[in-house]
Amino acid sequence: MSFRPDHELHRRRMGRNLGIGLVLVVFVGLVFGLTIAKISGGGQISGFDHSVRPELVPEETQ
Amino acid sequence: MTDVRTHQIDSPALSPEAGFGDYVALLKPRVMSLVVFTALVGLLVAPVPVHPFVGLTSVLFIALGAGASGALNMWYDADIDRVMRRTRGRPVPAGKVAPQEALAVGLGLSGIAVVMLGLAANWFAAGFLAFTIFFYAVVYTIWLKRATPQNIVIGGAAGAFPPMIGWACATGGISVESVAMFLLIFMWTPPHFWALALFMKGDYENAGVPMLTVTHGRRATRAHILVYSVLLAPVSVGAALTGIGGPVALAAAVVLNVLFVVGALRIWRRDEVQAAADAYAVEKRFFRFSLAYLFLCFVSFLAEAALKSWGLGGW
Repeated sequence: MSFRPDHELHRRRMGRNLGIGLVLVVFVGLVFGLTIAKISGGGQISGFDHSVRPELVPEETQ
Repeated sequence: MTDVRTHQIDSPALSPEAGFGDYVALLKPRVMSLVVFTALVGLLVAPVPVHPFVGLTSVLFIALGAGASGALNMWYDADIDRVMRRTRGRPVPAGKVAPQEALAVGLGLSGIAVVMLGLAANWFAAGFLAFTIFFYAVVYTIWLKRATPQNIVIGGAAGAFPPMIGWACATGGISVESVAMFLLIFMWTPPHFWALALFMKGDYENAGVPMLTVTHGRRATRAHILVYSVLLAPVSVGAALTGIGGPVALAAAVVLNVLFVVGALRIWRRDEVQAAADAYAVEKRFFRFSLAYLFLCFVSFLAEAALKSWGLGGW
């Protein structure tokens, strides 16, 4: 079995495809990094999740 | 900021198909660099600290929004760009990217930039970015640019919003300081652009763009540069007196504005014969200085913020 030779189109668009690939990798990295930054920011990240969790209710001040 | 590189469209190296670089060029990377800088300063001088990674992503998506509006501008202005020396090498007039493709890239990236800024920072900043894209693409490009010689004055607001968006990313709102940064760029844009219009002789006229040089003549343009430069001075000094300013920013504003007004006076004193004799040397020098002026004004705000973190600077 042999590999088919690349079509001329593949060579012609190589730079463009690599560029798009790189941009997508950077985008995934940004979303991942943003998620980590938001989570480590100490904000509220859990909710009631279908059942009442008293520890999530802010304490009332008298 | 304006991309003043001229392009050679008859180059034998012209690719029949757009490469990745052509799509990047569609986003006007040189204009994006100004947006990145001013938005970053707006974010850093704000009194609310932002997580460094959140700040970085926010600035990136503001820049992406600016790039998207650049692509929309290239889609709509392809006919004008084809005529002007300065712009005829852009991807759409050069035939590398189809206008519909530029429109799709512009709209797609606008949506991504706005949604991602909303997720990264806050939805007020995201709405502000959406408004800025709308202002540049629709109010300036589609409406004002071909309709009035005041196109640069009003349309310049689009380029003045990024530091306000950067500030909004940190604070979630608008304040005197962010409005001061907006006004600084807003008042700076007309003399910057009109100086360019003076030495890019004939470009706007050939394209039928009602630039001040075309509708009111070069003498009136020189007078307008002087008037706006004089009006810019109190705005710039005023910004240095707000919460983002301090002694360093005030000193920088005074020196820079004296130099700016002197440059504008030199332009005003000259006529076309004198300008043609030295190939518009004074106008070109003023244009280059205007870039340094804005950069240094914003660096001075940044310096004040840095000094404040060490217990110095500020009022």
